[in-house]
Amino acid sequence: MNIVVCVKHVPDATANRTFRASDNTVDRAGVDGLLSELDEYAVEEALKIAEAGDGEVTVLTMGPERAADAIRKSLQMGVHKGVHVSDDAIHGSDAIATSLVLAAALKRIDFDLVLCGMASTDGVMGLVPAMLAERLGIPALTYAVEVSIDGDRVTVRRDSDTAVETVVAPLPAVVSVTDQINEPRYPSFKGIMAAKKKPVETWTLADLDVDASQVGLDAAGTAVTSYQARPPRSSGTVISDEGDGGVQLVDFLAAQKFV
Amino acid sequence: MSEILVLVDHDDGNVRKTTTELLTIARRLGEPSAVYVGAGAEAARETLQAYGAEKVYVVDSPDMDEYLVAPKVEVLVQLMASASPAAVLIPSTPEGKDIAGRLAIRTDSGVITDAVDARPGCGEGLETTQSVFAGGYTVEARVTRGTPIVTVKPNSATPEQAEGAAQVESVSVTIPDSARATRITDRQPRTKSGRPELTEAAIVVSGGRGTGGDFAPVEAFADSLGAAVGASRAAVDSGWYPHAFQVGQTGKTVSPQLYVAAGISGAIQHRAGMQTSKTIVAVNKDSDSPIFDLVDFGVVGDLHKILPQATEEITRRKG
Repeated sequence: MNIVVCVKHVPDATANRTFRASDNTVDRAGVDGLLSELDEYAVEEALKIAEAGDGEVTVLTMGPERAADAIRKSLQMGVHKGVHVSDDAIHGSDAIATSLVLAAALKRIDFDLVLCGMASTDGVMGLVPAMLAERLGIPALTYAVEVSIDGDRVTVRRDSDTAVETVVAPLPAVVSVTDQINEPRYPSFKGIMAAKKKPVETWTLADLDVDASQVGLDAAGTAVTSYQARPPRSSGTVISDEGDGGVQLVDFLAAQKFV
Repeated sequence: MSEILVLVDHDDGNVRKTTTELLTIARRLGEPSAVYVGAGAEAARETLQAYGAEKVYVVDSPDMDEYLVAPKVEVLVQLMASASPAAVLIPSTPEGKDIAGRLAIRTDSGVITDAVDARPGCGEGLETTQSVFAGGYTVEARVTRGTPIVTVKPNSATPEQAEGAAQVESVSVTIPDSARATRITDRQPRTKSGRPELTEAAIVVSGGRGTGGDFAPVEAFADSLGAAVGASRAAVDSGWYPHAFQVGQTGKTVSPQLYVAAGISGAIQHRAGMQTSKTIVAVNKDSDSPIFDLVDFGVVGDLHKILPQATEEITRRKG
């Protein structure tokens, strides 16, 4: 069982994220980056599936040099090897180009299952899993809260707003997982030491036969024309409950015509 | 005027409010054509007409419910080729995003997700507005290639009635064998709470870690206001409330007139889902909680005392 986990290196969501004024893309240099938190669930699920049977897990990312941090964290958690697609031409790629590059890389890796997080924590579009499946011509089972493998079939449970669904598909398939699926492990000291010896390959677009004109900001199907920081909310009134906090709360709501 | 395709979100013929919002936005961009997939089109037609649909494309075949997004993707690909629409509007749900992503690849078109507005752009095409980085920024964007595919968040427009022709056109669609391999083998519908839909409600009352697992005061207070109930990730992760009610980055984004956070500290994960609310109120034990930086009115104290008192007070004033 060969599992590939697609991960993204993103600006820390708890830092002050912003844009690059020169081209309106996400500022990936001025803010500390890390493995997208939502991808940790995909890494954890891959490791659980691999540990339950006889599996090997590869982590795949695309991004600048510092995106290697996302691979390192995955290797420290227990992933066996890494592939980093790095090329200057990739900067500013949209989801369409991202899925093109990742699909091209996946075609060069022997896999039975591709796992993704439900979305990145920076763009939060959640498009890439379905796009990968479309490009690879294989099933996509998205937003899984439970995954099980039985021979050459994958079964997932999805918790939608209207129903709880069980979905079955043949392997190979793309599965995206939500943050409800598991509790990602922390790298152990042993894991951190072992990660240093694990193989990581770096591929360029040329290695993937992807033309640079198909990716990057110029090839994007969308453009951010302007961005503006939300003005801070004006500070309100905060009171301490002295026994009539509930009544005071209703006084406020009544003054605002909610009651 | 060009057609604007609107994918109808419905519950067996019962058209969801998000669809009437999309039709309202579509009218600003061109002539709305509703795309209805599944059973119940007859019942839905009246609503679609009332909100301005000039055409209603209907696709219905008995086995379609067994597949995930494949039938909807196929019909939209087909209609994008035959009707040459100026844009495709899709509800910003997990399913909607899966459809939008596949459609973008199939038609080599730019795709924008989670728009809160779409309007005609300067010159040609359309321009959208999105809230990004956990609500910290507002961006404007446009599609620069192909037919714009835009997923639109709930509550992005106030539905406005405008009679359309709602001319029904039946469309047949072939589901490729490759898509038939993925099947829904079981579906357990959720029981309805009787409260307003979380993403559509004018008032939302959410509970977090501070409830200690007891959501009764949160629910009672919500009911006194006719509000929807939400929950923080901490409460959902603890198994206290179902994930379908989670407000935050990995749950729902809500933007109601009034948001009440009870026992919620206000981590970035949560703020991402609620900080565009018009009025924000919080009740929390810890006066240092970041949620108090966002509030119009806050009470530092025990929600188990404050909420029941407030509920009783509201009931009393209603007489």
